[in-house]
Amino acid sequence: MASTRPNQLFRNKSAKIAAIPMIVTALFVFVGGTAWTIVYSFTSSGLLPRLKWVGLDQYERLWDTRKWLVSIENLAIYGLSMLVLVFVIGFILAALLDQKIRFENTIRTVILYPYALSFVVTGLVWQWILNPEFGVQNIVRGWGWETFTFDPLYNAEIAIFGILIAGLWQGSGLVMVLMLAGLRGIDQDVWKAARVDGIPAWKTYLFIVIPMMRPVFITTLVLVVTGIVKIYDLIVAQTGGGPGIATEVPAKYVYDMMFQANNLGQGFAASTMMLVTVALVVIPWAFLEFGGSKNRG
Amino acid sequence: MTNSVEIKKLDLHFGAVKVLQDLNLDIGKGEFLVLLGSSGCGKSTLLNCIAGLLDVSGGQIHINGTNVTWAEPSERGIGMVFQSYALYPQMTVEGNLSFGLKNAKLPKAEIESRVKRASEILQIEPLLKRKPAALSGGQRQRVAIGRALVRDVDVFLFDEPLSNLDAKLRADLRVEIKRLHHSLQNTMIYVTHDQIEAMTLADRIAIMRGGQIMQLGSPDEIYGRPVNKYVADFIGSPSMNFLDGRIQGGAFHVGDLSIPLDGYDFAGGSPVDADATIGIRPEHVVTGELVGNAAFQVDVEVSLIEPTGSDTLIDCTVAGNHFRVRMDGQSRVSLGEKLRIGINPSMASLFDAKSELRL
Ligand SMILES: Nc1ncnc2c1ncn2[C@@H]1O[C@H](COP(=O)(O)OP(=O)(O)O)[C@@H](O)[C@H]1O
Ligand SMILES: [Mg+2]
Repeated sequence: MASTRPNQLFRNKSAKIAAIPMIVTALFVFVGGTAWTIVYSFTSSGLLPRLKWVGLDQYERLWDTRKWLVSIENLAIYGLSMLVLVFVIGFILAALLDQKIRFENTIRTVILYPYALSFVVTGLVWQWILNPEFGVQNIVRGWGWETFTFDPLYNAEIAIFGILIAGLWQGSGLVMVLMLAGLRGIDQDVWKAARVDGIPAWKTYLFIVIPMMRPVFITTLVLVVTGIVKIYDLIVAQTGGGPGIATEVPAKYVYDMMFQANNLGQGFAASTMMLVTVALVVIPWAFLEFGGSKNRG
Repeated sequence: MTNSVEIKKLDLHFGAVKVLQDLNLDIGKGEFLVLLGSSGCGKSTLLNCIAGLLDVSGGQIHINGTNVTWAEPSERGIGMVFQSYALYPQMTVEGNLSFGLKNAKLPKAEIESRVKRASEILQIEPLLKRKPAALSGGQRQRVAIGRALVRDVDVFLFDEPLSNLDAKLRADLRVEIKRLHHSLQNTMIYVTHDQIEAMTLADRIAIMRGGQIMQLGSPDEIYGRPVNKYVADFIGSPSMNFLDGRIQGGAFHVGDLSIPLDGYDFAGGSPVDADATIGIRPEHVVTGELVGNAAFQVDVEVSLIEPTGSDTLIDCTVAGNHFRVRMDGQSRVSLGEKLRIGINPSMASLFDAKSELRL
């Protein structure tokens, strides 16, 4: 036996060789594509990419555009509300389902079902439900409450919350099943011990069970956040960004600039801004999560 | 009022499955009672009923003279220790011990003194600031015992607390639990499937099978006078030898052998004639010079030898039945050797062939 430790790089050689094509593709597509986008965001590319440098012009224009500012604001409102509500709703549903109730499988399937629908279908369904002529407002007025008004998609002030309702309807099921899996992984004896200790159920969830579910929460968080940042199709199907520009979001801005306004440079600048924002969140978190663990022991 | 826990006509079923049926059990103050039985016989279910973690289907449970059948676990004056330790993993040892007390809004000084006392008794003071993940199995189970200890209750419930530990630790912690019982003098109800734990710890053992208590008695009684063939077979390692035959005219006949039963303490007072099974523990079979004093003697041929150090186990055949004999570890025997063994009927057990009850 060799007395020195074998080089980590050469362990599991065949597995690593097999992974090379995938790694190369990933590097080429993701890193290459990202770099290319960033480079061309400093050019005046229009319909086609051109290497004509304009410095930070595209970024200055971006931050002077009201549509972009509204998009950012919408994403912030939608994102924060979605994040909080989808976790609260998903967790509460999971906790309810975890009470050994009957028909659990049926209920779970029903609630998870919307997740199987595409955003386009979800968007159209909720466009109808929230439509004052055919949807909820019409039904409630039909019951005799003539002044009832519920038309979020037609009111620029609250239109983004109309999108939020559809997003929650679609996303809660996934959070619920992930949380349910997490809850099922908790040793039942811990629950018993807490009951003997006289800890009320809500405190047991808050101080014992949820901390034990940390890995599930992190996985779910990553899934939910990526879903939020790339939100696009739901908007297109439900409101098309309207009324006016009330429900514009960054991803839609990028798409509109690149493929409708024939302004690639502007689109690249906007997507680079999105990348920077995500990086600002992810990098510090990754340091805390993985860098810190060495000291924690 | 001398009973700490009284269980009256307890029934429990999960749907159509009856797990406990008409179970009665009184446990005295300061008693160490062990519930012993093979896996799935309903021991944990009974313990969870006493703790209030399962809703009973019928019957009553009284603790310290109060009917607690429908009381919350935390209001029953019990502490409980689980096989899987069930510590709160995100809290330090100190947090684990004090969480319940803080929740009950006890004064800070009181909490501190209770945690201090418990950690002294269990020798876990150096571990107070650690998280459970940084503890060994034995240390974790000490913390779990500590969590029951700080509750300052009269009744402790243990559900196989040592089953997840390796043999050496198990023996150590077993001694410690016994010591703890001596110093605290509180009631302990202890579930296990390990007969050594049961015999060494218990004041009384309840042997359970199929949700019922087969026999309730001191370790001596259970070992010496098992009420039926199941208990006789379950208790003792290596297990009892059984020979099927017939009692007639004050002797037990098996094959062409006839074992005189003078000195056997019949349950009915006098010998009966019946088809029966005689049970003889391997350690009650005598060999060597002692054979001369035995009421019944027979020659056997050694067919297998298992030395264990302290003892040597010998396999042989008696009246066509497989038979084991326990000899001193010092004795020298060889395979195929003819050996004379002796049996004293006063140490044997007789069971009815049909009902399997003790005769
Ligand atoms: N929640 C439950 N639902 C249905 N059956 C159960 C449940 N808990 C236990 N049982 C059954 O009750 C019987 C006794 O279980 P238990 O008390 O855990 O046995 P043990 O003596 O090994 O501790 C077993 O047959 C088990 O299958
Ligand atoms: Mg059990």
